[in-house]
Amino acid sequence: MNAEITVKRHFHEELDALQELLLAMAGKAERSVDRAIHAIRHSDLSVAAELRNADPEIDDMETQVDERVAGLLALHQPMASDLRFVLAVAKVSNDIERVGDHAVNIARAVRRMRKSPPPPEIRELEEMGLIAQEMLADALAAFVARDPESAQRVRATDDRVDNLRKSLFRIMVSYMLEDPRNIGGGLEILLISQNLERIADLATNIAEDVIYLVEGRQTGAGARSQADHDAGRAAEDEADEDDR
Amino acid sequence: MPTTHDIPTNGRPPALEARDVAVFYGAAQAIQGIDLVVPANRVVALIGPSGCGKTTLLRCFNRMNDLIHTARVEGRVNFHGKNLYDADVDPVQVRRRIGMVFQKPNPFPKSIYDNTAFGPRVNGFKGDLDALVERSLRQAALWDEVQDRLGESAQDLSIGQQQRLCIARTLAVRPEIILMDEPASALDPIATQRIEELIYELKRDYTILIVTHNMQQAARISDYTAFLYMGRLVEYGPTDRIFTNPAEDQTEAYVTGRFG
Amino acid sequence: MIPHDLAARPGTGPRREARGRRFAVLCGLATAVGVLALLVLLEDILLDGLGVLDTQFLTGFASRSPERAGIRAALAGSAWILGLTVAIAFPVALGAAIYLEEYAPRGRLTQLVQANIANLAGVPSIVYGIVGLTVFVRWAGLGRSLLSGALTLTILILPVLVISAQEAIRSVPRELREAAYGLGATRWQVVRHQVLPRAFPGVLTGAILALSRAAGETAPLILVGAVGFIAFTPRGPMDEFTVLPLQIYDWISRPQSEFHALAAGGIIVLLALLLAMNAAAIILRNRYRDRR
Repeated sequence: MNAEITVKRHFHEELDALQELLLAMAGKAERSVDRAIHAIRHSDLSVAAELRNADPEIDDMETQVDERVAGLLALHQPMASDLRFVLAVAKVSNDIERVGDHAVNIARAVRRMRKSPPPPEIRELEEMGLIAQEMLADALAAFVARDPESAQRVRATDDRVDNLRKSLFRIMVSYMLEDPRNIGGGLEILLISQNLERIADLATNIAEDVIYLVEGRQTGAGARSQADHDAGRAAEDEADEDDR
Repeated sequence: MPTTHDIPTNGRPPALEARDVAVFYGAAQAIQGIDLVVPANRVVALIGPSGCGKTTLLRCFNRMNDLIHTARVEGRVNFHGKNLYDADVDPVQVRRRIGMVFQKPNPFPKSIYDNTAFGPRVNGFKGDLDALVERSLRQAALWDEVQDRLGESAQDLSIGQQQRLCIARTLAVRPEIILMDEPASALDPIATQRIEELIYELKRDYTILIVTHNMQQAARISDYTAFLYMGRLVEYGPTDRIFTNPAEDQTEAYVTGRFG
Repeated sequence: MIPHDLAARPGTGPRREARGRRFAVLCGLATAVGVLALLVLLEDILLDGLGVLDTQFLTGFASRSPERAGIRAALAGSAWILGLTVAIAFPVALGAAIYLEEYAPRGRLTQLVQANIANLAGVPSIVYGIVGLTVFVRWAGLGRSLLSGALTLTILILPVLVISAQEAIRSVPRELREAAYGLGATRWQVVRHQVLPRAFPGVLTGAILALSRAAGETAPLILVGAVGFIAFTPRGPMDEFTVLPLQIYDWISRPQSEFHALAAGGIIVLLALLLAMNAAAIILRNRYRDRR
C-alpha cells in the first residue's frame, strides 16, 4: 500500500502561503513597534504621521487573511493540526493588527507631548518597550518554529511588564503631583505605558495561540471556558442516565 | 498499543465490547488485537483507508463472518456480558438483536409491506404485523412516502427510499444495535443527508456502529470514532478529539489527508 | 472543415471499416450454414411426412398395414415416461442442488462429488441403458416397465438437472441472502423464502431443457425394454410401453416406403413437441427476467 508516502496536497501549499502572508503582516507590525519606540527615545514627532499612513496596509492584510481563512474552512474542511493552524492564524492576525494600532497610539502620544515640558528619563518606560518588542519577536518566532516551550517563556515574561507598568504609575503620580504643568506629559506617559503593556499582552496571546496550535490545548482565557464546557458535557451524560 | 481515550459509558454497561478480536481469511490475517468498547445509545464510526479491516470488524459483531467459509474469528465479542462466539450461542438469535444495513440497498424482490414484514415473520412474530410495519416505516422516515402503496414492489422505489426501506426492515425485528456498512455511499447528497438525520434520531433508541470511508460523514454524525489501519486499531476516542487533536501521528496523517 | 485531430487518419478509416464488415459477413455465413442444414433436413422430412398427418395417424395404434398405423401408443408412452421422469427426477435434482450449494461443507469430498456429477453429464446414454437394465429391470425386479424406463431416464438427466439447478441457485445475488441472514433468518428460511423463489425460473428452464433431451432418447429405452409393436396405451407404471423415437426407428427399419413416410410424420410430431417444450422454456425465462 502506498499509504506511507506523505502526500503534499495543493491545500498544504495554500496553508504555507497563508503563513507567509501572516508573517509579512507581522513584519510590518514589528517595524511599527520599532518606530514607535524610536519615537519615545528620540522624541521624534514625525513617526506619528508615518505610522498613520502605514497602518491601513496592516488592516488590509488582516482582511485578506480573514478571507483566505474562510475560504480554506469552507472549501477544504481542514482537520486536526491543519484546522488548528487555520484557526490560530485567524487569531494571530487579529492580534497583530491591534499591535499595529497600539504602535500608532504610542506615536501620537509622543507627538502630543511636545507641548509639555520634557519628562525625566524614565528607565521603566524604555525597559517596557524593549521587553514588549522582544516578547513580540519571540512569540512570532515560536509560531514559525512551532515551539511551545519558547511560547511558554513569553507567557512568563508578561508579569515583568505588568510590574513595570505599576511602578511607572507610582512614579508618574508623584511627578504629576509635583507640578500641575506636568500633568499633560504625565498622562501621555501613562497612556504610552498602557499601550506598551497591551502590546505585551497581545504577544502573550500569540504565544498561547502557538501552544494551542502545537498541543491542541487551550490556555489563558480560552482554557477557563473549555473547563466549563467539559463540566457541561459531564452533566449532560448524567442527565441521560436519569432519563432511562 | 492503541490509544483509547476514556470512553464514558454514562454509568451503563456498554452495548458491545470487543476484546482482542482477530479475523483470518484462510492463512491471511485481516484484523488483529482489536479492543473496542461501544457505549449504549451512541454512534461509533469506524474509519480508515480501503482494506484496513473496518468492514471485517463490523461483521464480527453480528457473526456475519460465519457466512464466509474461509473466515475464522478469534477473541471475544461481549454482548450483555455473554461472548457471542461461545459454542452455545445461536448466530440466528444474535442477528435478530444486532441488525445490519448494507452498503448497496438490497430490498427483497417483494412488496414494501412484505419486505418490512419478512424479519418479524421468520422470527415467529405473532402480534399485529400491520402496526409493526407502520411503526418501522415511520421510524425510518419512509411511512409518509409509501403508506398508500405498501403492496407495490420495493424495486420501484428510488435508491434513497430503498435504503430507508432496508433500515425499516432491520428496525422491524427490534434489535438493540444496528450495524451500518457505508449506508450512504451509494446515495446522492440529499438522500445521504436524510440517512444521516435518521441516524441521529435513531440514536435515542438504538446503538449504532457505522463504517464509513467518508471522514466528513464520520465527523458529522458520530460520537466516537475508531481509526483502523492495516488491520489494527490505531486510535479510538471522542469524535471531536479525533478530528481536532488526535493523539497518534498516523491518525493525524489520515484525517488531514496526508495519506490514504 | 473537420478539426485536425478528429478527422480519420488517412488509410486507416476505410480499411478498418472493411475488416469489420468482412468479419460480420463471415459470422453471418456461419449462421446461414447451420440454418441451411436444418432447413434441408426439415424440407426432406416435411415433404415425406406432412401428407401422413391426420387424425387416424395420431389416434391409431401401430399396425402391420401402413394405412391403419398410428402413433397413439407411442405418444401415450412418451407422455407417461416424461411425466414419471419429471416426478422422480425433479425433486431429487432440486434437493441435491440445494444441498450442494447451501449446506454441503466446502471440502474435498464435496469437490469430488461435484466433479463426478459433471463427469456423469457426459456419459453416453447407452451406458445409462445398460445400468438401467441391470439395476432396475433385473436387480430391482421391475421388469420391462414404464417405471424402469422412467428411472433410467432419471439417472440420465439427473446430472444435467443438478448442474443447471445449481447454476440457478448460485445466481441468486449474495446481497439477498446476506440481507435475509442479517434479519435473523435460519439457513432453511433463507433458502425457502429468498433463494428458491428467485432461483425457481432458472431451475424450471433447466428442467424443461433436460426433459426435452429425455424426450428424444431412444437407445437406453430399447435396452430397458421399450418395444416397437404395442397395441395399447399404458395404464400404470408397471406396464410395457413404447416411445415416439422408438416408433420412428421401428418404422424406418421396415423396407416398405409407406412406413418411411409414417416415420417422417412421427418425426414432425416429435419435432413439434420439442419445439413446444423449448419455446415454453424460453418464454418462462423471459417472463421472469422481465419481472426483475
